[in-house]
Amino acid sequence: MIKKAIYTIKSLFLIELMKGLSVTGKHLFKRKITVQYPEEKTPMSFRFRGLHALRRYPNGEERCIACKLCEAVCPALAIKIDSEVREDGSRRTKRYDIDLTKCIFCGFCEEACPVDAIVETRVFEYFGEKAGDLYYTKDMLLAVGDRMEASIASDRKQDAVYR
Amino acid sequence: MVSIEINGQKIEAEAGSMLIRAADAAGIYIPRFCYHDKLSIAANCRMCLVEVENAPKPLPACATPITDGMKVETRSELARAAQKSTMEFLLINHPLDCPICDQGGECELQDLAVGYGKDVSRFSEGKRVVFDKNLGSLISTDMTRCIQCTRCVRFGQEIAGIMELGMVNRGEHSEIMTFMGQAVCSEMSGNVIDLCPVGALTSKPFRFKARSWEMQDHDGIAVHDTVGSNVTVQTLRGEVLRVLPRENEDINQEWLSDRDRFSYTAYKSEQRLTTPMLKINGEWKEADWQTALDNVSSKLKKIVDEYGADSIGALASPTATLEEFSLLAKLMRGLGSQNMDYRLRQQDFRADGAMSAPLLGDSIVSLECAKTVLLIGSNIRKEQPVLATRLRKAARKGASISAINSTKFDFAFPLQVNISVSPSSLVATLARLAVIVAAKKKVPTSGTVEDIAESCPANKELEGLADSLIEAGNDGQIIVGSMAQMDGNYSLLVALATIIGNISEVKFGRLEEGNAVAAWQASFLPFADRGTVGKNATEMLNPALKACLLFNIEPSLDCIAGNSALDALRETGMLIHIGCYRSEEIEELAHVMLPLASVFESDGTHVNCEGNMQSWKAAVHPQGEARPGWKILRVLANYLDLDGFNYTSSETVRDEASPLISTTKRTASMDVYAPVLVEQNRLACISHLPLYRIDPFTRRSQPLQQTLDNPPAAAGMHPDTLASMGIDDGITVELANGGGKIDISVYASTSIPLNCILLPTALQETAALGNANWLEVKSRA
Repeated sequence: MIKKAIYTIKSLFLIELMKGLSVTGKHLFKRKITVQYPEEKTPMSFRFRGLHALRRYPNGEERCIACKLCEAVCPALAIKIDSEVREDGSRRTKRYDIDLTKCIFCGFCEEACPVDAIVETRVFEYFGEKAGDLYYTKDMLLAVGDRMEASIASDRKQDAVYR
Repeated sequence: MVSIEINGQKIEAEAGSMLIRAADAAGIYIPRFCYHDKLSIAANCRMCLVEVENAPKPLPACATPITDGMKVETRSELARAAQKSTMEFLLINHPLDCPICDQGGECELQDLAVGYGKDVSRFSEGKRVVFDKNLGSLISTDMTRCIQCTRCVRFGQEIAGIMELGMVNRGEHSEIMTFMGQAVCSEMSGNVIDLCPVGALTSKPFRFKARSWEMQDHDGIAVHDTVGSNVTVQTLRGEVLRVLPRENEDINQEWLSDRDRFSYTAYKSEQRLTTPMLKINGEWKEADWQTALDNVSSKLKKIVDEYGADSIGALASPTATLEEFSLLAKLMRGLGSQNMDYRLRQQDFRADGAMSAPLLGDSIVSLECAKTVLLIGSNIRKEQPVLATRLRKAARKGASISAINSTKFDFAFPLQVNISVSPSSLVATLARLAVIVAAKKKVPTSGTVEDIAESCPANKELEGLADSLIEAGNDGQIIVGSMAQMDGNYSLLVALATIIGNISEVKFGRLEEGNAVAAWQASFLPFADRGTVGKNATEMLNPALKACLLFNIEPSLDCIAGNSALDALRETGMLIHIGCYRSEEIEELAHVMLPLASVFESDGTHVNCEGNMQSWKAAVHPQGEARPGWKILRVLANYLDLDGFNYTSSETVRDEASPLISTTKRTASMDVYAPVLVEQNRLACISHLPLYRIDPFTRRSQPLQQTLDNPPAAAGMHPDTLASMGIDDGITVELANGGGKIDISVYASTSIPLNCILLPTALQETAALGNANWLEVKSRA
């Protein structure tokens, strides 16, 4: 009986509607949180897992030693490596391909790498116009590494304290 | 048998045998590095320490003999603490370079470190560094990784029979090295790669190619010798990357000869023939299979119609598969020709009808138990390396092994009698031995044998040899090897050896190259059909046939008389080459080239010297347009309108080949012919086939070609012979016989009999000589 009376009063004076509209009204005058992408970007963790890169040592020598652990750990079988003896006798890759359309960005490759050669960068804005464009070869991955080295290095430094 | 207790489990074991063996048999794993089932006990890694009741300290399970009522704990606190400490010590100096180590993923140290190692080392001092050694083209070293288990050293001492690796210095300075920095040149050296529990010794051709976990394993059979070693062919993305031995206690145990292990490196040679090719107006043009086979069949039919079926013939490599032999034989017989042979290096075919298949006469395992072994014309270590390890085992058990050869070879076991005489006296020596054996057994011998024996007086060595043969009886073994096959008196050698075997009741074995037994089983022989007898390998090349089918051979290198073979084939109207490779001479001679799949790319069957048929499946797809031999021959037969060739699989072909009647049946005595002797004033030629020159496959394997078993071409002579001719050691001379002449350098060696020349065959440098048992030497000065 009492329940019915309250319901009648609420529906008669549109109390629920007012409540809802007041929230809307409040936000109408609040500071906006919309990020104007691509002019503006959201903050990003130093652990962000974006586009892959192959790193080099400061002297220009590629880090990857073709141990194939990333290939073995990759759950999506996106990595393909062929290794060989380089002229100087060291163990190097002849081919290092990542099929980004297969990759699930789990970051296992990065975790498995004993020399921090394969890393995932903050880059997430990349695209391919035709089939095969997202099949990254060794040269492309090294180029990403060269381009992003500063940010990669600082990200690893920030993460190092937690390891 | 006594009863012991391991981890509370009651086990029956033989008293005095080692604890680790009993534990292994019961399925209880004890960690180990230096212990190996087939090697002697060293007990120097200390990883297998276990707790034994009433023992004051942990004991090494590999060197603790079992006694009655022993109570052992392999996982107790004390045992585990001991094992963990051992591991900690091993890891002090072992580098943490697993990511770049080829052993990674199949490393015993890596596996055990997971269970027994600590994640952080307490050792903060500098690790020791050991410099790498150059062990040749097959084994690559990273000596810092060595944990001094000495398995490689013991393998050389005990199995291979030449101690090439040894440990020098003491304590922390101890390291494995070769004597005076030499390369390792054993024909079984590759096995140390498998034995090494860490990544100190790894395969050089396989270096950094792939990881053990990513490759697919395929069961295979090695075809380069008559043993039929079981192998595992490992492939990655359709490419053969490595060949490993597959354990078979009855055949190769867990060993593999280097030839079988590393010959895979040739399968992707640049010289691979990958498309059918036709020679049109003197120029090679690529063709499709249909055109090529059409061309072959129409020309063959025309030649058969015009000149008769006897004007065509087939020569096949002894390493062909049973299926290939079988279909090639059926195809030739279908066309009406009996001209087919695989015995390209044989000169003497007089005993063709009487000869039986090249079998050992017993199982390979029985070689180990032989009491007396007589090797005739055999350098068994280089011909059948795996059998030589069995013989070495027999020798270590006390067997007396003797050799009658035309050169003194370096065997890996001590010899009771080592006779090396010129090829002409070889027959006389054997005849004399037959006469002595017959006299001792009071059996008459034929007059011919006695006539031949006349030029060789009886001596103590032969008397002793005869005695030990008779004493051994059925526990004895005579082996006539591949070197005898190249001798001008082969049929006589086999006949005399058979006589000796039959009289003394010793088992008789005759060994040939590769898959020769399969050729017999498939009747791929000119005399196998009971009607007419066809031409053998020599007759087919002299005079030339109208059409000839070469199955995976290179005539100048695979035929004993390379030069005359080339001359004959130049006149052949239609030369069809079915082979894996193309070479200059084939391009010059052939009219059609059909690409053949290699052993890794084709199904096949090998029949070994004990008559054991072993089949394998293709591991990878053929290169380019190449096709398995049995498919090529089957379709070619269809094009030739022959009946009965509608096979659908290699198994149907194999099953059709009739099995050998008996593999242990004694050969009936054969006729003894008059020997072919070299004229007194001439030098006798001893042909020998270098280990890695036997077939087109091994000849193209770069790592094998770079070994010391493949020395530069040179002719060997006794220093006295050289001196009598006034020739200095090391200079280049001209060698000539009826067929041709070559320039070659000479070296002096006392292991070669007087007035003989030891000449390697199957080399480009010596191919220009014709077929003859003699040579003339002209000094070039």
